[in-house]
Amino acid sequence: MQRPHPTSNAPTGRSPIGLGVVAVLMVIGAVLLGSMIGPAGPTWWRVPLALLDRLPLIAINSGVTESEWNIIWQIRMPRVVLAGIVGAMLSVAGASYQGVFRNPLVDPYLLGAAAGAGLGATIVFTVGREATASWPVDPAPTVAFVMALATVALTYLVGSAFGGVKSNVTLVLAGVAMVSLTTAVQTFLLQRNSEVVREVYSWILGRLSTATWADIKMVTPYVVVSTAVLLLHRRHLDVLRVGDEEASTLGIPVARIRLVVVIAATLGTAAAVAVSGLIGFVGLVVPHAVRLIGATSYRLLIPLTLAFGGAFLILADVPGRILTNPAETPIGVVTAFLGAPFFIILLRTRQVAR
Amino acid sequence: MSSIELRDLTVRYGRKEVVREFSETVRSGEWLGVIGPNGAGKSSLLQAVAGIVAAQGDVLVNGVSLSGRGRARRAALVAYVPQDPLLPDDMTGAEYVLLGRSPYIGYFATESRQDLEIVDAILQRLDLDQFCSRRLGTLSGGERQRLVIARALATEAPVLLLDEPTSALDIGHQQQALELVARLRRENGLTVISAMHDLTLAGMYSDRLCLLHEGNVVASGPADQVLQADTLAEFYGVRVTVHREPDGTVVVIPRREDLSS
Repeated sequence: MQRPHPTSNAPTGRSPIGLGVVAVLMVIGAVLLGSMIGPAGPTWWRVPLALLDRLPLIAINSGVTESEWNIIWQIRMPRVVLAGIVGAMLSVAGASYQGVFRNPLVDPYLLGAAAGAGLGATIVFTVGREATASWPVDPAPTVAFVMALATVALTYLVGSAFGGVKSNVTLVLAGVAMVSLTTAVQTFLLQRNSEVVREVYSWILGRLSTATWADIKMVTPYVVVSTAVLLLHRRHLDVLRVGDEEASTLGIPVARIRLVVVIAATLGTAAAVAVSGLIGFVGLVVPHAVRLIGATSYRLLIPLTLAFGGAFLILADVPGRILTNPAETPIGVVTAFLGAPFFIILLRTRQVAR
Repeated sequence: MSSIELRDLTVRYGRKEVVREFSETVRSGEWLGVIGPNGAGKSSLLQAVAGIVAAQGDVLVNGVSLSGRGRARRAALVAYVPQDPLLPDDMTGAEYVLLGRSPYIGYFATESRQDLEIVDAILQRLDLDQFCSRRLGTLSGGERQRLVIARALATEAPVLLLDEPTSALDIGHQQQALELVARLRRENGLTVISAMHDLTLAGMYSDRLCLLHEGNVVASGPADQVLQADTLAEFYGVRVTVHREPDGTVVVIPRREDLSS
């Protein structure tokens, strides 16, 4: 009898293919649900038919009128797609940050991406929306994006100047300092310009509700580059799990990999924050949830967090549309409100399983 | 298979020299035991050879210098087992041993079929098959130590550096781990440099001992020459009796303070 190949076994006894199938089904289900539910528009069951009708070679009389189709395609779908992209990006960036810093409490905002973006938006709003209203392009996302990158770059410079490459703790502490500093400047600006506080907060707290296809076009190139780089480094993230020193004796250029992964994850995070505002908890909770269902190796974790993160944010965006209709609940509030209890239940399950 | 030569290795932490101009050649298949009190520089020496800490001087494997060579090249020549290895709780045994193949896997590549076969063979050879899909967090200290040695073996490096390989183990597992290294040395012709606290075990398994004190070599040679009561008293500040078994084993027995006087 041939002995089974031990290393070809799934790391946890759970089949990676099975997890992949579940992930794909989750995404499809989330997209369908996200496009079916909303305050206006056609009866829910007509939506999948209308979507199928648009596919080539398929003709179904879905009974959806032109204006109802516009609601689906111009209002709901951009929102669903953007939520998917942003959720996937924040989750995969969170998983990668947790990997390079070997710290389970880390989220993609650790080094100041969100704080920088918030300050950038605040600057634009305090300078005046009237002044920029006539501009062909809204400067807020661009400034937020640039400030997010600049803040993380500054954190990295400060951290590596004093800690060298040997200590990632210094980098994390530098991040804490930079976030405090940036937030302080933002608070100061807001306090001096209290008339824009409301606008700034609604900008920061997540704006999936106003998503357009243009937003998606803006964010996609960064997200594609970022996730491609992170996917290519997933084996290195596994080696880093044994610590910087041991990884380096296994022939891995630790400092360079940390820098590349941080740059890639930050680029994607900054783009996501610039179009959607600050959506908390996704980057922390999704990677852990995926670990708890059995994907502990980064080779599996990185691709799966992409799918589960996308599905999670699409689903989290649904209750916000109907709960407080007609006003919208900010998506950042919903993710934390759903994410925190979900996370506690998962942790409990793990305790019991042990 | 491969000899290793350490040439004038000096390690500094700030201004302090923790290892001073250490020179030693370890012949192919030889086991050098590095002993010395805490802070003597044993770990720093091994870390310098492994390339984790910066050092002056040179390390040559088979007469070829490692300096200026790539990290992966060094990893393929010198395997390092740290004193306190970091084993991720939720990694499986097979995944962990597979990390030892890292020096051979291209930057964007994944492990080949051959890598998996090598890991498989090592797991089987060290009788570790049953741990291949077990999580490291569920294993005992002795089992973990064998997996760490298996990972070092997976690098197929001809030189093995062991930093206190037995410090966390009970006496039975100490013997098991050291016997494993001895067997691998015999079967693969590995050249071994180990830092050890237990002087009796160090003398028993090493061909040669090298006593470090404040970064300097103060005694070196076969166990019965280095393990002398007065030498140990001078550099460890201990009172010991050194006993010689008929088979040549040197046993170091610590003595209590003389209570009668």
